[in-house]
Amino acid sequence: MALFETHQLQKRFGDQVVLQGVNLSVEEGELVGIMGPNGAGKTTCFNVLTGRYRPDGGSVRFAGEDITGLSPRQIARKGLSRSFQMMNLFNDDTALYNVMLALPEVRAQGFSMWRDLGRDESAHAQAEQVLARVGLAGKANVPAARLSYGERRALEIGVALAAKPRLLFLDEPTAGLGSEGTARLATLIAELKRQLTIVIIEHDMPFLFGLADRICVIHWGQVIAQGTPAELKTNPWVARSNLGLLS
Amino acid sequence: MSADPPKAKLITPPMIVTVLLLASTPLWLKQAGLYQYLALEIMIWMLFALGHNLLLGYAGLPSFGHGAYFGIGAYALGLLQLRGGAGLLLALLGATLVTAAFGALVAAFISHRRGIYYALLTIAFGQLFWFVAGKWHSLTGGEDGLLNIKRSVLSLPGIDIDLRSNEALFYFALVVFSLVLIGLWRLVHSPFGRVLRAVKQNEMRAGFVGHNVWLYKWLAFVISAGIAGLAGGLFALAQQSAYPNVMSLQNSGFVVMMVLIGGGLVSFWGPVIGALFFILARDLLGAYTETWLLWYGMLFIVMVLFQPDGVAGAWQHWRGKLAAARRGAPATVVNGNVTKVA
Repeated sequence: MALFETHQLQKRFGDQVVLQGVNLSVEEGELVGIMGPNGAGKTTCFNVLTGRYRPDGGSVRFAGEDITGLSPRQIARKGLSRSFQMMNLFNDDTALYNVMLALPEVRAQGFSMWRDLGRDESAHAQAEQVLARVGLAGKANVPAARLSYGERRALEIGVALAAKPRLLFLDEPTAGLGSEGTARLATLIAELKRQLTIVIIEHDMPFLFGLADRICVIHWGQVIAQGTPAELKTNPWVARSNLGLLS
Repeated sequence: MSADPPKAKLITPPMIVTVLLLASTPLWLKQAGLYQYLALEIMIWMLFALGHNLLLGYAGLPSFGHGAYFGIGAYALGLLQLRGGAGLLLALLGATLVTAAFGALVAAFISHRRGIYYALLTIAFGQLFWFVAGKWHSLTGGEDGLLNIKRSVLSLPGIDIDLRSNEALFYFALVVFSLVLIGLWRLVHSPFGRVLRAVKQNEMRAGFVGHNVWLYKWLAFVISAGIAGLAGGLFALAQQSAYPNVMSLQNSGFVVMMVLIGGGLVSFWGPVIGALFFILARDLLGAYTETWLLWYGMLFIVMVLFQPDGVAGAWQHWRGKLAAARRGAPATVVNGNVTKVA
């Protein structure tokens, strides 16, 4: 059984149909890429999958459980975490606190009103580990708002990782990164792939084709093609579209 | 570089200075041409403003109807004493809990909102309570309010303390103030307080990392209302009465002005500074002119335009600059964290 599955997912905004009958399935340990042109419905798809929008039809299952229509909080607590295309950080807090506040341990003690979080050595150590992992080891005490663009991108993933997810959704993680940053990110994701199931929306085709086990092409709110990167390279639609650039 | 998040001590130097300064007022206030009741009232407003800032400064939730909870606390204390025959501590505890319960009810209706909608709803509820207080004669005494509230005797095991004088009530209130101060200081550094700040900065992300945002906002309001009720109860003792005016929109506005001018958005101490500033201005400017609020209002406008982080913000910037000058690098200050930019 797949770890994550959607069945005939529908989403409408007014009379505009954004997703129509999307069927996705992700096996445990897999890295699935989602590609498609701008406005194809990729991010909406993520938003429906992670609880930001309620679907108008169809179902979402995670680890054998129906999670259709649950809130982002409930979905996050089941072990599904996401990063955002537009960065979504706690800007006044330091990088360390951004990560710390997303740790399940801290979440569980969130209603403790007397304990000093600054003295929580365990949370502190875990958060530092996450920061080191995403390449922000030296930036722990810098407020998120003061980090560079690339660092904020890394922190965005750090916050998603801190939740210790079973399934990680990354929404265009390379957006705005230079070639060096993209290469570093590819190394990180390749490493994460060994421990996590990952779904990535991405425009950078060489990046995605280098990492993904399987790729789904979404267009006009539908999955129009899917397969391994090798299969998709020969797919006439992918070859014809300007998405490719897989020289 | 090793990360070293700031640790919160149980009692900090500013706390000691504040409490000592307040505690010493009976020694020098008269010489300064002021009177002890003023210090009592300032402290009560500090308490109210600290509670309000938990919402405004830490949770980012603007309550413009908080006077209502201050008033509910005052009425509750009066009713518990006059009709329930409750002793001092019981009446104060009761006032706090009753107000927190009202806060819980209101918060249940508004905690899914934020920003302007939240503010409008708090005003609406505040006006509602104010109106009821003015009209429900049989319970609240209508426009006259509850009179004859007594500063009773504080009965502790083995000792009875008469709180009728301003000095005695002042010291009692100082103990209450200090306890709330320590409690709030811990609270804002606890996981609860840190998540609350995260909710303020980015409610959506807080939800996406699994925090129950609604419950945090609800609880913040309940605690804040409870503290307002406690302050209101003390105010009823100080004034020996409770009346609708304390629940007015104007009074609700005062506490917002205190928090903002003091710098509650960037500092725990903002409300304390702001309350001191406001009540002193009221009394000192008020001695010269009846239009003191006009001058204060203009000062408020200037503050919001040129120093939106308030007195505490100005202090932090100055201190940040000084520290950086010593290290020989420009510094930036983000929400009270002084950061050296290499």
